[in-house]
Amino acid sequence: MTDLTDLGIAGIRDGVRDGSFKAREVADAFIVKVSQAKALNAFLVETPEHAIAAAAAADTARAAGETLKPLAGVPIGMKDLFCTKGVTTTAASHILEGFTPTYESTVSQNLWDAGAGMLGKLNMDQFAMGSSNETSAFGNVISPWKRNDGGNASLAPGGSSGGSSSAVAARLCPGATGTDTGGSIRQPAAFTGISGIKPTYGRCSRWGTIAFASSLDQAGPMARDVRDCAILLEAMAGFDAKDGTSLQLDVPKWEAGLSANLNGLRVGIPKEYRVDGMPEEIEALWQQGIAWMKDAGATIVEVSLPHTKYALPAYYIIAPAEASSNLARYDGVRYGIRDLPTGAGLQDMYAATRADGFGPEVKRRIMIGTYVLSAGFYDAYYTQAQKVRTLIARDFERAWETCDVLLTPTAPSAAFALGEKSADPIAMYLNDVFTVPSSLAGLPAMSVPGGLDKQGLPLGLQIIGKPLDEQGVLNAGLAIEQRAGFTARPEAWW
Amino acid sequence: MSDYRIQGETGEWEVVVGLEVHAQVTSNAKLFSGAATAFGAEPNTQVSLVDAAMPGMLPVPNRECIRQAVRTGMAIEAQINKWSRFDRKNYFYADLPQGYQISQLYHPIVGEGAIDISLDEKNPDAAGKRIGVERIHVEQDAGKLMHDQHPTQSYVDLNRSGVALMEIVSKPDLASPAETGAYLRKLRSILRYVGSCDGNMEEGSMRADVNVSVRKPGDELGTRTETKNVNSVRFVMAVVEQEAKRQVEVLEAGGKIQQETRLYDPDRNETRSMRSKEDAHDYRYFPDPDLLPLVLDDAFLAECRASLPELPDAKRARYEALGITAYQATVLTAEVEAARWFDALLDAGVKPAAAANWTTSELFGALNRTGKDIENSPVSPAQAAELLGLIADGTLSGSLAKQVFEVMLETGDGAAKVVEDRGLKQTSDTGAIEAVIAEVMAANADKVADYRGGKDKLFGFFVGQTMKAMGGKANPAVVNEVLKKALGESVAS
Amino acid sequence: MSVDTATVKRIASLARIAITDEDAARMAPELGNILGWIEMLEEVDTTGIEPMTAVIPNTLRLRDDVVNADPLTGGGIREQVLANAPVAEHGFFAVPKVIE
Ligand SMILES: [Mg+2]
Ligand SMILES: [Zn+2]
Repeated sequence: MTDLTDLGIAGIRDGVRDGSFKAREVADAFIVKVSQAKALNAFLVETPEHAIAAAAAADTARAAGETLKPLAGVPIGMKDLFCTKGVTTTAASHILEGFTPTYESTVSQNLWDAGAGMLGKLNMDQFAMGSSNETSAFGNVISPWKRNDGGNASLAPGGSSGGSSSAVAARLCPGATGTDTGGSIRQPAAFTGISGIKPTYGRCSRWGTIAFASSLDQAGPMARDVRDCAILLEAMAGFDAKDGTSLQLDVPKWEAGLSANLNGLRVGIPKEYRVDGMPEEIEALWQQGIAWMKDAGATIVEVSLPHTKYALPAYYIIAPAEASSNLARYDGVRYGIRDLPTGAGLQDMYAATRADGFGPEVKRRIMIGTYVLSAGFYDAYYTQAQKVRTLIARDFERAWETCDVLLTPTAPSAAFALGEKSADPIAMYLNDVFTVPSSLAGLPAMSVPGGLDKQGLPLGLQIIGKPLDEQGVLNAGLAIEQRAGFTARPEAWW
Repeated sequence: MSDYRIQGETGEWEVVVGLEVHAQVTSNAKLFSGAATAFGAEPNTQVSLVDAAMPGMLPVPNRECIRQAVRTGMAIEAQINKWSRFDRKNYFYADLPQGYQISQLYHPIVGEGAIDISLDEKNPDAAGKRIGVERIHVEQDAGKLMHDQHPTQSYVDLNRSGVALMEIVSKPDLASPAETGAYLRKLRSILRYVGSCDGNMEEGSMRADVNVSVRKPGDELGTRTETKNVNSVRFVMAVVEQEAKRQVEVLEAGGKIQQETRLYDPDRNETRSMRSKEDAHDYRYFPDPDLLPLVLDDAFLAECRASLPELPDAKRARYEALGITAYQATVLTAEVEAARWFDALLDAGVKPAAAANWTTSELFGALNRTGKDIENSPVSPAQAAELLGLIADGTLSGSLAKQVFEVMLETGDGAAKVVEDRGLKQTSDTGAIEAVIAEVMAANADKVADYRGGKDKLFGFFVGQTMKAMGGKANPAVVNEVLKKALGESVAS
Repeated sequence: MSVDTATVKRIASLARIAITDEDAARMAPELGNILGWIEMLEEVDTTGIEPMTAVIPNTLRLRDDVVNADPLTGGGIREQVLANAPVAEHGFFAVPKVIE
């Protein structure tokens, strides 16, 4: 019998349905894997009982001859940004230590309603701020991948959904939730050789998901392949009256709509994504991707997104500004830690609690956000950034006049070693250079693995689609996936 | 222009006042959550996860709160902005769980409008003034802190957190305590007519921030102070008076007015500087990214307009056109409940002038005496109409009507029933009256002689004796007529 | 763009983050660098461009005025509301005494 943890979501779902194995066996197999992978530090909380209960429900339903739910028997990992009822939720921040929500986020509830079970809460960059999972208050997540240089350097799993990427790549779970504000699903997916999609802004409810930057945050799935992403996204997405920005649209049948035939599809190649100092291997992979697209029947057009280089600076005004306000609620009054120096008044309590509770990167972004919104600076920074954002969105709209999807690299490099970039915030921010523009424009975008670099590390290709065209993105991703034949996996050392 | 002046040592000073009124929007649920808004609930029992700003919570606006703000704007003929949006006002305080208040700074839902006030409410046609309204925006209320429950701790109750407020900002058009009071009363009246705020100042449904400055006539605007959260009309007027006086004293002593926030202490009738909060003025307003722009469509606006009731000024004009005096029309329209009651009385087909007389004297007098509100009047408009009808058709005299009304107030019975039960019907039966008069004259033969001898004043005596003998029920006109005839007949004989 | 220590301290105070003099001094050049980098936006001509308000064309949905229509956003859940509070007494959250 095959190792059940080698199966993806579709494989598990189908196997449970046709009785090849019991959901409980699947849950048990992953629970063991999770418990043995402490060295990756991917999980903050393990919830085997949750996974077992969902598995038992699936097995009972099947025994009773009922129609199984879409994710019956599928155990997943849940990024710790999603509030989970009765299960500690901290956004990997000390300030929320001990916080146990009395409520379930809409996205996680949707998954449980679809029959999925939870293996645990996944580590991440603190409040989703980071690109290497080095900002968690509970330790770095380690990528399961190693360079093939014989060295033993610990590599970054990407961020902020680094626990999710590491866990899926190490086969600790067949799929996981992620959230993406400026690339936090796509970049870690690229770093760890898995797939991940950020849907159109508004597809997944933000209710019950701890906010980083409200106008950018979107949940999405991370899994081993495109089909599994489609299956998970179908369960996660949907209109939610509790979120004022939720799109009032039916969820398309993305899995059923999958097709790798790209006949007639026009694939745009944005010339501004050819950035200085980009490794040759990234450029080579991009060219390879173009060839695969052609092979799948697509035509290639060069397009221009002239404001691309302003996307990152605009993002580093808008996201911190929103975050500085969104994170004001962490004040030691209603939940989380409280630091009360002797004799301190209310305002001193706030300052002490927040100084102790937030990590350095979170503080840095709160400071930037506070600064750009402060008296006299608002228009020069924030208003200008929102105008630039309009221009960036307009660039994409113009591009859609001549193409249907865009193909770009996901990240400007393969995974770097932990500690390699943490001294230089801007160098770290540049990691998101290819993912941030589509976030600013609210567009669906996905990363799929394209191959390995000379160091034996995965590289990802990004497909960006029109608003609401997740299907086009998934299909283009599937075409790449079929041609890339990416089967590499990290050797277990943990 | 108001002639209100402060006599200083260096001459006369004018007062310039603007009000920011926070009015609680009448709604079942809060502005951005489904928690209840009822007054007086146990602490933190009307708090949702949203109001407590739990992680991941999001605001979704309550349509009714938006609708009420729009209707209020329409009632003061203000510009309604079909495109508006919510901003965050960021500051840290224990009554503000999100760390920001969702408000509207850049694009309020209601723009400029105006409210007409009368400066002599006894004589409403005498003098009027139009007070500009700068804007009305919708925002969240904060929670409540209690400082006196524990020696070292303040307690936080979030029941009010997230309740919808309208902030109604006047232009600095008010020039005296009297104008300020008249404006606030008129605003309150309009809000209550519209039904967008219950106007209950004791429960905090309306609070005013009072902006006051002084200047020599003709000078530029002076530096203003803002006295926060004043919760009665009387106190608001006192703030204007005291704060203007204080400012004149400071300026005449060569000092400068600090632009600052002050508090009113009713016990000492003075305003005091609030301990200035650090950074209090850097609120870092920016559009709330959780909320998309609010776009109002024509159907929504049409419904808002169609649902507006007749407003106090229009109603007063209509009453006057019906022959009601200006003063009575003002009294009848000041409070929406009274106007509603009186409209029902008019609808019952009574004569307007007589109805207004009776309502403002008899009914209001009785309610005053018994300490009842008109909503709880023991006499309904229909019952009052019945009573007025009995007066009009001669069934009841003025004095009998008073007796009947007293009984109605006590028993809640209808006028006709009281008349029937108590036999209070006025009699115009000439035969019966003639018989009684004959008896009275027989018993007072000396007075009859005196009268006939020229003592005309005795006529009143005979009327009184006749009425007394008939238990007050005789029709006075008939009594007069018969008496005149009887006393005169004898002269002729 | 240079940011001085006093500015860092003012911003930290606005953001209610206690900061030592050493941290402020360390942070000043760091913030200066980041702000200097994002000031690249100055070179974009945005004349006549509206700031973005909605990333995907969508307008605000309004909710009916019904109390507790959805238990997840309704009241009457004091125990849940206070469940995670560092200090809660007599149905209130408690904070160090505020002198107004
Ligand atoms: Mg004010
Ligand atoms: Zn206000």
